[in-house]
Amino acid sequence: MLLLTLLLRSVGFYFFTSSIQNPESNNSYTAKLEQLKTIGRELAMGSQGGFGQSKEFLDLVKSIGEARSKSEEDRIVLHEIETLKRRINEPDIPKRKMKEYIIRLVYIEMLGHDASFGYIHAVKMTHDDSLLLKRTGYLAVTLFLNEDHDLIILIVNTIQKDLKSDNFLVVCAALNACCKLINEETIPAVIQQVVELLGHQKEAVRKKAVMALHSFHQRSPSSVNHLISNFRKKLSDNDPGVMGATLCPLYDLIAIDVNPYKDLVASFVNILKQVAERRLPKSYDYHQTPAPFIQIKLLKIMALLGSGDKKSSEQMYTVIGDIMRKSDTASNIGNAILFECVCCISSIQPSPKLLETAADAIAKFLKSDSHNLKYMGIDALGRLIRINPDIAEQHQLAVIDCLEDPDDTLKRKTFELLYKMTKSSNVEVIVDRMIDYMISINDSHYKTETASRCVELAEQFAPSNHWFIQTMNKVFQHAGDLVNPKVAHNLMRLIAEGFGEDDDAADSQLRSSAVESYLKIVDDPKLPSAFLQVICWVLGEYGTADGKYSASYISGKLCDVAEAHSSDDIIRAYAVTALMKVYCFEKSAGRKTSLLPECQLLLEELSASHSSDLQQRAYEFRAILDLDANAVENIMPLDASCEDIEIDKSLSFLDNYVHKSLEQGAEPYIPENERSGTLNISNIINRNPYEHPAHSLRFEAYEVPKLVVPTKLSPAVTYPTELVPVPEPSYQPTVSSGPVSDAGSGSGSTELRLRLDGVQKKWGKPAYSSAASSSTSNIDSQRTTVNGATQPDNVTSKSREPRQPHVEVSEEKQKLAASLFGGRTARPERKQSGSAAGHSKVSRTTNHGEDKAQPTTVTTAVQPPPPDLLDLGESSGAASSYSSTVDPFKQLEGLLDLSQDGHAVTTTTGPDLMSLYSGASTNGQNQNQNLNPLLNEKDNMNGAPNPSNRTASLTKGPSLKDALDKDALVRQMGVNPTSQNPNLFSDLLG
Amino acid sequence: MIHFVLLISRQGKVRLTKWYSPYSQKERSKVIRELSGMILSRGPKLCNFVEWRGFKVVYKRYASLYFCMCINQEDNELEVLEIIHHYVEILDRYFGSVCELDLIFNFHKAYYILDEVLIAGELQESSKKTVARLVAAQDSLVDAAKEEAASISNIIAQATK
Repeated sequence: MLLLTLLLRSVGFYFFTSSIQNPESNNSYTAKLEQLKTIGRELAMGSQGGFGQSKEFLDLVKSIGEARSKSEEDRIVLHEIETLKRRINEPDIPKRKMKEYIIRLVYIEMLGHDASFGYIHAVKMTHDDSLLLKRTGYLAVTLFLNEDHDLIILIVNTIQKDLKSDNFLVVCAALNACCKLINEETIPAVIQQVVELLGHQKEAVRKKAVMALHSFHQRSPSSVNHLISNFRKKLSDNDPGVMGATLCPLYDLIAIDVNPYKDLVASFVNILKQVAERRLPKSYDYHQTPAPFIQIKLLKIMALLGSGDKKSSEQMYTVIGDIMRKSDTASNIGNAILFECVCCISSIQPSPKLLETAADAIAKFLKSDSHNLKYMGIDALGRLIRINPDIAEQHQLAVIDCLEDPDDTLKRKTFELLYKMTKSSNVEVIVDRMIDYMISINDSHYKTETASRCVELAEQFAPSNHWFIQTMNKVFQHAGDLVNPKVAHNLMRLIAEGFGEDDDAADSQLRSSAVESYLKIVDDPKLPSAFLQVICWVLGEYGTADGKYSASYISGKLCDVAEAHSSDDIIRAYAVTALMKVYCFEKSAGRKTSLLPECQLLLEELSASHSSDLQQRAYEFRAILDLDANAVENIMPLDASCEDIEIDKSLSFLDNYVHKSLEQGAEPYIPENERSGTLNISNIINRNPYEHPAHSLRFEAYEVPKLVVPTKLSPAVTYPTELVPVPEPSYQPTVSSGPVSDAGSGSGSTELRLRLDGVQKKWGKPAYSSAASSSTSNIDSQRTTVNGATQPDNVTSKSREPRQPHVEVSEEKQKLAASLFGGRTARPERKQSGSAAGHSKVSRTTNHGEDKAQPTTVTTAVQPPPPDLLDLGESSGAASSYSSTVDPFKQLEGLLDLSQDGHAVTTTTGPDLMSLYSGASTNGQNQNQNLNPLLNEKDNMNGAPNPSNRTASLTKGPSLKDALDKDALVRQMGVNPTSQNPNLFSDLLG
Repeated sequence: MIHFVLLISRQGKVRLTKWYSPYSQKERSKVIRELSGMILSRGPKLCNFVEWRGFKVVYKRYASLYFCMCINQEDNELEVLEIIHHYVEILDRYFGSVCELDLIFNFHKAYYILDEVLIAGELQESSKKTVARLVAAQDSLVDAAKEEAASISNIIAQATK
């Protein structure tokens, strides 16, 4: 009753105010009567709220809407979850009630909470006979379940049944669910029915069947492969919607393999031509453009088909040219088609005429004021320069503008373009810029990407060793932990191997400059781990090579590193090995060697380290200390990181030993691959006279590396009788009976495992394990060589190639780069600076001015603080303060008022109604320009006013009433959105 | 392919989410948090695109509501922008000058309509009329069911008087 009185009051209020302000308006009077009726109708629905849900649910939505913080929202949702958990399990819930519970579950899930307790009820609801409930059930399960969920098996049966239904809406609902829920396992259960539905009389069903088949193909191509011909057939379906849907799977199929579809080129061209000539029904027009989405899909397909195929491409030229001519560059959708045409042109066999039009289109994009179009222009430029590198030249100013734009998205895209157009002549400028940008961003994903691009470009085009080392230093310093660890290894290898030329002087110069630069920065406390590893390795390997720095100086630095990073075992391991190398090189060179006191201390500390790896390194170092120069030289030859190390994989040096043991009656070794399963292994154990039954634990430990063993052992298969399981009494007297057959074979791999676990070595031969550890983690020199020797990485081969082009940089290219990047001021200088060192300096200085301008723009872009997501009230200070002081009824009054004006104006200025209306409905925020962005938005989008929209707005006459209805309804439910978010009522479309 | 559709209000409240690629509930919350932070702070004149985790997110603001769609690198951003607009126009036609409030209370209907526009992350129907017709057909069935229920409850009400 309270509600009713409230309502009457409000209606009375409307009536009262409007009659005062605009007594002669009969129109509004009837409108309000109309409204009164609506409200009465709603009231008659009793507990049913205005939007078809119960009061309870509307209250929930309302309270969520009014929540002032995320934690408050979470609390409400958790409470709701509790309620639902209780209610949903009650017996005999009426179906309508259940439907609402399911929708509430969807709501909970949408807000990011877990509603899994109710999934089963949603599944049950799909079984219902009534379409209303079934649809809700399907909606809920498609939102809840991923394709690998256990409950799906319960739905398959229902889907099967529904696919057979007479009611095409049921079939549609089932097909919708198919697309999301049917996984690889369950495809066979429905696929036959789906294929049959391709011939259904309703086009909506055919269309969804095509899409379902497409999603099956995405999930498991093999199970649909025999049905692919159906897609071809559906291409000639007489419903354009079905045809359009068929383009999706065809695009995917063609992207996988072009060849089987070459015969369709003519059909696609034909379809595109017809679409462009407006042969499709009017309803497919979108903002006066004929079926643009179908056009775009067709252009994408043609780009694939025409790539590298002259014959097919020639068929396409005319139609693409036509479309480009016809496209409406004032509308967004027209530009979308234009862009797709450019993509297509850049992908198919080039046609000079089309390239020209494409270049014109790009010029238009780049010159536009819209950031969107600029972005597309940069993207398109990146595609076109692959064919015609000169095209970038005419747009250099636009590109530089985009590079300095405060919009981060645009900037990134421009960097992508620069990355694509990098040559040895402009690499320095581009990489410098990229590094500057990389330092400025926080997004780790893009930091990583930019860093790896910098590394790639530097490796590929580096003009000088010095520059290369400097660049890598910068990249590592700022993004060391983000770059791929492989990059660090590549760098080490590059320094070790040089640039692949037989020029020892250049190589040693590279190394010296690396050592020098590393010594300068090594004291920086914030260096990333990967970089420090490189530094340690390089200092150990080449620190003393050129005689510039004394061994004690280098050792001191390395000790500092080990000390500063006492928590990072890997760095310490690198450091101690580097120390060992420095010592060895000194000793083998016959110089007087003495260990620094801090080095002694470090060794002592590491000998007792909890990490067995560090411990082992320390002990090895100590062992080396006692050896003479000759032995040391054999262990650590100078600059031998690139030499191969021979590994006797068959362990032939043990043959004698094995023979002896066999003669003494030891059990012959049976390779693991000849044994099978645990049963056999236990047999061996039982047969083994040395084995104690109590050693079950050890047995477990050897079980694990089973996978590794066969491959490791494969060379040994030829000597099955010689490799005998032998205990190792000489090394490990305490566990003499322990290591049985697997001890020798498995220790290499178990070793790794054990060490990782931080357990001290308990079994396995010491000699063997040291070999294992050195091959796994210890001496990187060996590691890199082994890798380098067996599988030369493509990175090195890449870095070799560009050496030559660098020598003969074409003058034309250099000019382009120079003019592209600030060379406008320093062009003549640039030309003569052929030598690498001078070149880099010049470019850096010219670059400086621009660099300075850049950071300021960046900061301004970041300036606007992100709106507080949690607090509704603060979102728009002006609006909320405004609305808090203004009575909501007053606003309504204003709303009515304006609407009357609107009515009055309709006859004279029809087109303006829309703007007036949106002004009216967003009355609460008229003061704040910002809050009414929709109109601007609209203007941005369609430069020219759009007649179809205009008619829509005219037919929206009654929608005014709709808005009033809504307002009244919501008020009736107690929601008063104006105080929270004044925009809730504003028309999305303006 | 569209990986997901998000509707976020200017205050960062979620109005609708639809995931076409598998994301766990935890990932979803993270995605929404990250993206709303990125998108809501962007100025009005900037691009409607954001690069994110190797994907691109195309967004468009309507009144106080942001419509976002996440797409692959090679997709056409302008086209997706128009797909968003296409969806909004259909919503507008269905609700009759749609506003955020409609979507708040009728999110399930917005889902039904979305299911007719997009399927498995692809645009399935580019004709507004066809979509409108299908949605209307479904609604009429629903209405019929409702009326039936209402008349039954009336009978019951009268009988129990």
